[in-house]
Amino acid sequence: MLDVARIRKDFPVLHQEVHGKPLVYFDSASTAQKPKAVIDALVEYYSSYNSNIHRGIHYLSEKATEAYENVRQIVANFINAPQPEAIVFTHNTTEAINCVAYGWGRKFLKAGDEILLTEMEHHSNMIPWQILSQEKGVVLRWMPITENHTLDLKKLDDLLTSRTKLVAVAQMSNVLGTINLVKRIVQKARTVGAKVLIDGAQGVPHAGIDVQEVDCDFLAFPSHKMLGPTGAGVLYGKMELLDAMDPFMTGGSMILEVWKEKATWNKVPHKFEAGTPDIGEVIAFGEAVKYLQNLGMDSVRQHEKEITKYALEKLSEVEDLIIYGPKVPELQGGIISFNFKEIHPHDVGTILDQEGVAIRAGHHCAQPLMRILGVHGTARASFYVYNEKSEVDRLIDALHKVKEIFQSVGS
Amino acid sequence: MSVVEDLYREIILDHYRNPRYKGELPPPALKVEGANPLCGDELSLFLEIKDGKLSNLRISAAGCSISCASASMMAEVILGKKLDEIDKAIERFKEMMLNKNGNPESLEDLGDIETLQGVKKYPVRIKCALLPWNTLIEALKAVRSQKPAEKVVME
Repeated sequence: MLDVARIRKDFPVLHQEVHGKPLVYFDSASTAQKPKAVIDALVEYYSSYNSNIHRGIHYLSEKATEAYENVRQIVANFINAPQPEAIVFTHNTTEAINCVAYGWGRKFLKAGDEILLTEMEHHSNMIPWQILSQEKGVVLRWMPITENHTLDLKKLDDLLTSRTKLVAVAQMSNVLGTINLVKRIVQKARTVGAKVLIDGAQGVPHAGIDVQEVDCDFLAFPSHKMLGPTGAGVLYGKMELLDAMDPFMTGGSMILEVWKEKATWNKVPHKFEAGTPDIGEVIAFGEAVKYLQNLGMDSVRQHEKEITKYALEKLSEVEDLIIYGPKVPELQGGIISFNFKEIHPHDVGTILDQEGVAIRAGHHCAQPLMRILGVHGTARASFYVYNEKSEVDRLIDALHKVKEIFQSVGS
Repeated sequence: MSVVEDLYREIILDHYRNPRYKGELPPPALKVEGANPLCGDELSLFLEIKDGKLSNLRISAAGCSISCASASMMAEVILGKKLDEIDKAIERFKEMMLNKNGNPESLEDLGDIETLQGVKKYPVRIKCALLPWNTLIEALKAVRSQKPAEKVVME
């Protein structure tokens, strides 16, 4: 069990009032808040050893290089990658996925090859493949969702064929909270020889992952949704794939030797890290990972399961509220989407904000999923290690306020 | 001031619940669509122009209370008006929504529209109120140029 009261003390941003009311931050699926250890690491880097890495022959540069490279090992341990070189630092999840689409897809896929996506993907795990499809004639196929808002894995056998070269799937839906059975999907994909990319943007921060156990080929995830700063993300890949791929971005740092007309690439992971990276942000990201490791990802998941269960119970008691997603805490991470019948989610969001409750409202970068759900958008509450059940009560009170305002006329 | 006094005033919610001139008109009425993709607000304006006046109008809208109420209030103001009078109404509405020092006295004959002034305190919602009006601008452009209207997509 997490000691939430103690955890909350580590997050300075939580201790403030918004519109005269104590802040309830239920938007961690957009970006998580940062503990003091992460903020301190950023301040320490910029105030005591800011310098460029991998090129300096002076003390500060050596210190920064060591701190930066050390995070590769920390992250490798966190996802159980076989070696730190398999960890490529990008600027966010989107860049990590683009890295695979441009560096691997563009090089190895050809017309008629198929990529299997799911109907619950975030645009970031959709658009890069659409571009590839338009460029190369690669065919996109879609794993449908069931009425329970889980993936319809029964369809997998039909969808996977010898033409399937890649399955790109979210570990957890950013709209529905659905936790997908990625290990099973990988096993199925293996039967046709397809590679698997997991979009871990929501799954890794909330449930962690063991890349050797799941046996995925690629994994993309961000720092900022798991207590770290923005500007840092991770692409994990199997070494033989990273070796074979082309770099996505080119320029400084990613080269070995350069002539006027050609160049040779640096070794993995540096081949993928062109230009000066977000050094301080990566270093502080290491602190975020350590913070989560100290809590223990099993405890993090258990805490979210409990708060999600409580929230699902309380939300289901609110009249006229439609709740999306599996509604089963075992199958659902700390994300709940909902809508009032006949009240637009932005109106819900504005009134909740006035009550001090921060949620997200809109299409959540998943417009195809919105069409399947038959809505323009949803309101979404998402939880993390610093949220408490009493805050769920505040959300429920605020939702009653929404109803009160909208029922005051015309009914 | 509270969210109820600023944003969710009774008049606004009444327009949202009971939108005026709701519906569609068959061709040859001009149809112009508008959308705020980020919010999911969508609407279609159907206009008939006779003798330089907006002789008939229907609006089909799906969106938040602010965009729907703004469309409904707009319909009340512009129906039956000459095109240049509509231009003036658009100008004054945009002035009210975008200029922080807008002069409320000049809004008297704009009907319920002045109740939308509170939206200004919620910057992310201003574009909700603007959507029907921006779509109307595109419609008038199409009428005057005799060219087909383009869908208005707000950022």
